[in-house]
Amino acid sequence: MSRRLETGGLFIDRNAPMGFTFDGKDRGGFGGDTLASALLACGQLVMGRSFKYHRQRGPVSCGAEEPNALVGLGEGGLFEPNARATITPLTEGLRAISQNRWPSLAFDIGAVNAKLSKFLPAGFYYKTFLWPRAFWKHVYEPAIRRSAGLGKPPSQPDADRYEQVNTAADVLIAGGGVAGLAAAMEAGRNGARVILMEQGPRWGGRALIDAPLTGETIDGQPAADWIEMAVDTLETMPNVTMRLHTQVSGVFDHGFALAEERCADAGPAPVRARLWRIRARRIVTAQGAIERPLAFAGNDVPGVMLAGAVRDYAVGYGVAVGERVVVVTAGDDGYRTAIALVEAGLAVPALLDVRRGATGPLVERAQALGIRIEEGRGIAHVSGGQSVTGVSICAQDGPGEVIEEIACDAVAMSGGWSPAVHLWSQAGGKLTWDEGAAMFRPDHARPPTGADGSGFVLPAGGSDGAASTEDALRSGAEAGRLAAEGGVPADLAPPQAAPMPQVWVMPRDAGLALREKMWLDFQNDVKVSDVELAAREGYRSVEHAKRYTTLGMATDQGKLSNIGGLATLGHALGEAIPQVGTTTFRPPWTPIILGSIAGSATGAQFQPVRRTPMQDWHDANGADYEPVGQWRRPYSYPREGEDREAAAQRETRAVREAVGLLDASTLGKIVVKGPDAGRFMDMIYTNMMSNLAVGRCRYGLICNDSGFLMDDGVVARLSEDTWLCHTTTGGAEHIHAHMEEWLQTEWWDWQVYTANLTEQFAQVVVAGPQARKLLDRLGGMDVSREAMPFMSWAEGSLHGFDARVFRISFSGEVSYEVSVRASEGAELWQALLEEGEDLGVTPYGTEAMHILRAEKGYVMIGEESDGTITPQDLNLGWAVSKKKADFIGKRGLTRSHLADPERPRLVGLRSLDGTVIEAGAQVVGPGVTPTGQNATEGRVTSSYHSPTFGHGIAMALIRRGPERLGETVEVTRIGGGRQKAVLVDPVLYDAKGDRLNG
Amino acid sequence: MLILTCPYCGVAADETELSPGGEAHLHRAGPGSEDASVEAYLYHRSNPKGVHFERWRHAYGCGKWFHSARDTATNDVFGTYPAQVTETPQNILEAIAQRRPGWERPQ
Ligand SMILES: [Zn+2]
Repeated sequence: MSRRLETGGLFIDRNAPMGFTFDGKDRGGFGGDTLASALLACGQLVMGRSFKYHRQRGPVSCGAEEPNALVGLGEGGLFEPNARATITPLTEGLRAISQNRWPSLAFDIGAVNAKLSKFLPAGFYYKTFLWPRAFWKHVYEPAIRRSAGLGKPPSQPDADRYEQVNTAADVLIAGGGVAGLAAAMEAGRNGARVILMEQGPRWGGRALIDAPLTGETIDGQPAADWIEMAVDTLETMPNVTMRLHTQVSGVFDHGFALAEERCADAGPAPVRARLWRIRARRIVTAQGAIERPLAFAGNDVPGVMLAGAVRDYAVGYGVAVGERVVVVTAGDDGYRTAIALVEAGLAVPALLDVRRGATGPLVERAQALGIRIEEGRGIAHVSGGQSVTGVSICAQDGPGEVIEEIACDAVAMSGGWSPAVHLWSQAGGKLTWDEGAAMFRPDHARPPTGADGSGFVLPAGGSDGAASTEDALRSGAEAGRLAAEGGVPADLAPPQAAPMPQVWVMPRDAGLALREKMWLDFQNDVKVSDVELAAREGYRSVEHAKRYTTLGMATDQGKLSNIGGLATLGHALGEAIPQVGTTTFRPPWTPIILGSIAGSATGAQFQPVRRTPMQDWHDANGADYEPVGQWRRPYSYPREGEDREAAAQRETRAVREAVGLLDASTLGKIVVKGPDAGRFMDMIYTNMMSNLAVGRCRYGLICNDSGFLMDDGVVARLSEDTWLCHTTTGGAEHIHAHMEEWLQTEWWDWQVYTANLTEQFAQVVVAGPQARKLLDRLGGMDVSREAMPFMSWAEGSLHGFDARVFRISFSGEVSYEVSVRASEGAELWQALLEEGEDLGVTPYGTEAMHILRAEKGYVMIGEESDGTITPQDLNLGWAVSKKKADFIGKRGLTRSHLADPERPRLVGLRSLDGTVIEAGAQVVGPGVTPTGQNATEGRVTSSYHSPTFGHGIAMALIRRGPERLGETVEVTRIGGGRQKAVLVDPVLYDAKGDRLNG
Repeated sequence: MLILTCPYCGVAADETELSPGGEAHLHRAGPGSEDASVEAYLYHRSNPKGVHFERWRHAYGCGKWFHSARDTATNDVFGTYPAQVTETPQNILEAIAQRRPGWERPQ
C-alpha cells in the first residue's frame, strides 16, 4: 500500500498540513503536494476508472501526461470535471470526487464491460450498432450515454472569473527546466524581450530530482543551487517576464502562441485563469520529454507506474507508491528509480533490464547498492486486481515462459523517453525518426516557418532529445542566444540522445492471450490486440487506425500511447515506424478551461449591444426585445395582462385603424456620392437608379454577381450627385462592405464616395390613417397628398427639428419615415407620442411590422430570401432592369438553373381551417426521394395570425407557385401530422393601393 | 494567426483585423460572357498548395482591400500589394522567384 515516508520530500512542507476531501471522506496532506501525491500518501491508490471497461485505475504518471487520475473538483458553479490529480495543487479545503463510476469507485456496475471485453473489440461501436436502425436511437445510444463519458459537465454557470491579455515578445520560452532557464538567461542577456512560462509550480524541471541521483552538477554547482541562481538572475532582468502555473498550450501561424496561466493554483487570486495571447518573433520549446510505458500483460493494474513518476513521488513528495517495487526498464532510466527507492529505504526485489551488458555510472551505482539486476528479462504478466500483488518474469526474447514469480506491490516501468514535440509540430514543424534513440525528434531543417519563410521555433533540452542535464543546459543556452538574434533552428545543433533499444511489446513474442492484456491507451482502453485487429481489418493509415480504435483520442491525446500505438501498427503492417508516421499534433498541449477561452466575454460583455436614441424610452415602457444583429429591437410593448403576441396583434390593429410609431433607426443608411455615383448605383442595384429624380424615392434590390438577392430597401435621391440607400437592419454593414469591395477592386477609377451613416440619424415610421394628421399637428412641413405623394421625400423643419421626411411604406398604410439627428431622436419620439395621444398613437414593434408587411405581401430579406433566392423567385422581376447593359448579378441571373420554370416561387398560403401554419413547414410534394423520404416542393417562409383578417396568413416558396393559385397542398407539422392549405395571392391587403396612396 | 502588412496604412495586422476575400486576380465575367467563363468566374478556384494570390480587407483598420502572395503550405508571405491592379506587380513576382526558384504561375 502506498504511504507517506517518514522523511524526505523536496517539494512538500511538512509544517503546513492541509485538509481536503475525496468522495466525501476527510483526508490530509501537506503544502506542496499535488492531489495525487496527497491521495497516495493516504493509501488511496485507485483514483478513477477507465472509459470503456471501467477498470480501476491508479495514477500512472506524476505530471500533465496523466491518463487515469481524472477527478471532479469543487462544487456548484465552481465545479470542474476531468482535472488531472497529478497536476492539481493541493489547497486547503479542496473537494475532489472520482468519476466514471456508479455507484462507487470501489464497486462499479459498468465494470461488467471488462468481463465482456472479448465482445468489445476495436471498432465495436461501428460494427454492432449499425443495425437495426431503430435500435440505435432507442437502445444503444441511451445505454452508451449512461455508461460512457468521463466527468459530468457542470450543472451551473461558471462562477469563476477569467481574463485575457495580449502581448508580444522577442522570445517566448515554453518550459522552465534547465534548458528553459538557460535559454531565458542567454536571451535576456542579449537584450531580448523574453517571456518564460512553466506549467508546473516550480522552476528547474527534472534536474531537481534526477541530477543528485547521479551526482550530476550544473556549471559545477549542485542542481538546486544553479536553479536558484538562474531564477534570481532572471528576476533582476527587467526585460524578462516569468510565470509559473502557466502552460504554453498552442503555437500557431507566424509566431502566435496561446498560454494559460492558472492564477488560482498559486493561491487565492481575483481571476482563476488568464489566457495569454502572445505574438513572438521566436519561440523556444523546452517542455522536456515524456516517459513511455512498456506494453506487458496487466500493465494497467493500479500500482504499475512510470519509473520517473515513482521516483518523483518518493524524492519530491516523500511518498512510497509501494514497499516492494519491481523496476522494469528498456534503458538507463529505471536505474535512477531503483537507486532513489533504495536510498529512501524501500525494497527493490529486482531490476529487470531488457538489455544485456548495460554499463555506466548508473549501473555501477545500482550494483554498489546491492540491487538485484536481471539482464534480458521482462515481465510476462502482473498479478493483482485493485493493486499489484506480484509479477511473473520471463526472457524478453521469447514468448513469455515464466521463469520466476516475484511478490511486490508496485511496478516501475520505463520504455524510454519521447521528446515533447507537440508545440514544434502544431505549427507545421516536421519530425525525423532517430532509430538509435528510438524517438521522433524535431527535424531542424524543416521547422514551422514565419512570414519571412524562416523557422521561428527552436527546440531545446529534452524537447529536442537531450538525455543529460549537461546537454540540456548547452542546448537551452544556444537556443536562447539564437532566438534573441532571430536565428533559425537549422543553425542549432541537436543534442545527444541516449541510445535506446526498441521494446514495443514485452515479451517480444507474446501470444494473443498476453497481447489482449497489454494496454496502450489507458484512458480509452485500447490494447495491443485492438491495434493489431485494426491492421488486420485493413486500417493502414495511422489516422484511420487511430479513429477506429480510439487510440490517443482521450483527453490525454495519446501522450503516453502514441508511439507504442504507431510501433504496434507498423509491426502488424510490416512497416517501419517512419513509414507509418505520426498522427497530427493539435493544440492544446493539455486541456485549457473553456472559461479561459471565453475570458470576460460572457453575459453583458459577450458582445456589444447597439442602442438607438429611443432605447431608453423602450426600456422604460416595457419593450419585449428581440435581437436583430447587434441591436435589440422591441418585438412588441406588452401592457398589463398582455403577452408579447397579444400586444403585437393590438399594435397591428392600431396601425390599420389609427396611427403607429416604429423605431426604424436601426435601418441601414448609406450615402453614395460623387460624379460617378449614378453609374455606380446602376451597377449596385438591379433596377435603374441613375434616372431617379431629386426628391423622389424608389424601391431597389441588390444581388450578388451570382444573381442571388442580398438586400432590399428604398433609395432616395438627395441631390444631383447624392443618393441615400436604405438597407435592412442586418444589412447595413455588409452592404456597405459590398459597395466598397466593388468600388475598390473593380471600378477604382470611378469617382464615388460611400459612407455608412446608420447611427448618425434617428428614424421614426409614422404609419396609419391618422399619420398625416399627426405630422400636421407637429407642424412646419407640408406633408399633404399633393405636396408629398407616395415615394417622395422632403426636407424641412418639423416641430423645430431639422428633418427629412420620406413618404414610403412597409405596412400598406399612409406612412412617413421621419429622419432627424440621432441626438434629437428621443425628443422627436416624445413629441409624436404627446401630439398623437388623442389620435390613438401606438408604438409598435417588429412583430406588428412583420404582420403588416405580410398582409400586404411585402417580402422580408432573410425570411423569404436565404442566399439562394432570386428577385424573380419572389415575383420581383419588375425591379430587375432589362434596359441596363450591366449590373451586379445580371449575367448570373441568366444561368439556366435560375431561369428554370420549375423553381419554387412566392405565393400566399392559407390553411383550410384558418389556423396559423408553422413557419418553416415543408410543403409535401408528390412521390418519394431516392432515400425513401417524402418529396417536398416548397416551404413556408413566413406565417402569422392576421388581426385584420382574423385568420392565419402565410407566405411560401412553392414549385411553380404563382401558376397554381387555388390549388390545395399539404404542409407538415412539427411532431407529425399534416395540414391542408390553399395557394393564394400573397397580396391580401389593399391590392389596389388606395390606402397606401391615400 | 497570420500577420499581413496592409500596403495602404502600413500596419502589420493580425489576421483578426482582416477579413478574407478569396482568390485574387479573378476576371469578372459580365453580360455577354460564355457559360464556361461565368462558371469559372463564380465557382472555379485554383486552391493551390504553395504560392497563392489572395484578397484581404483591412476590415478593422483602414478598410482597404489588398492582395497578398502567400505560400499556403508554409505561410511564407512574399509580399502584399494594393488591390487596385490588374496583375501581380513585378517586385512581388521577383520575391517569389527568389524564394521559390522555378515557380511558374499555373494557367
Ligand atoms: Zn490598412
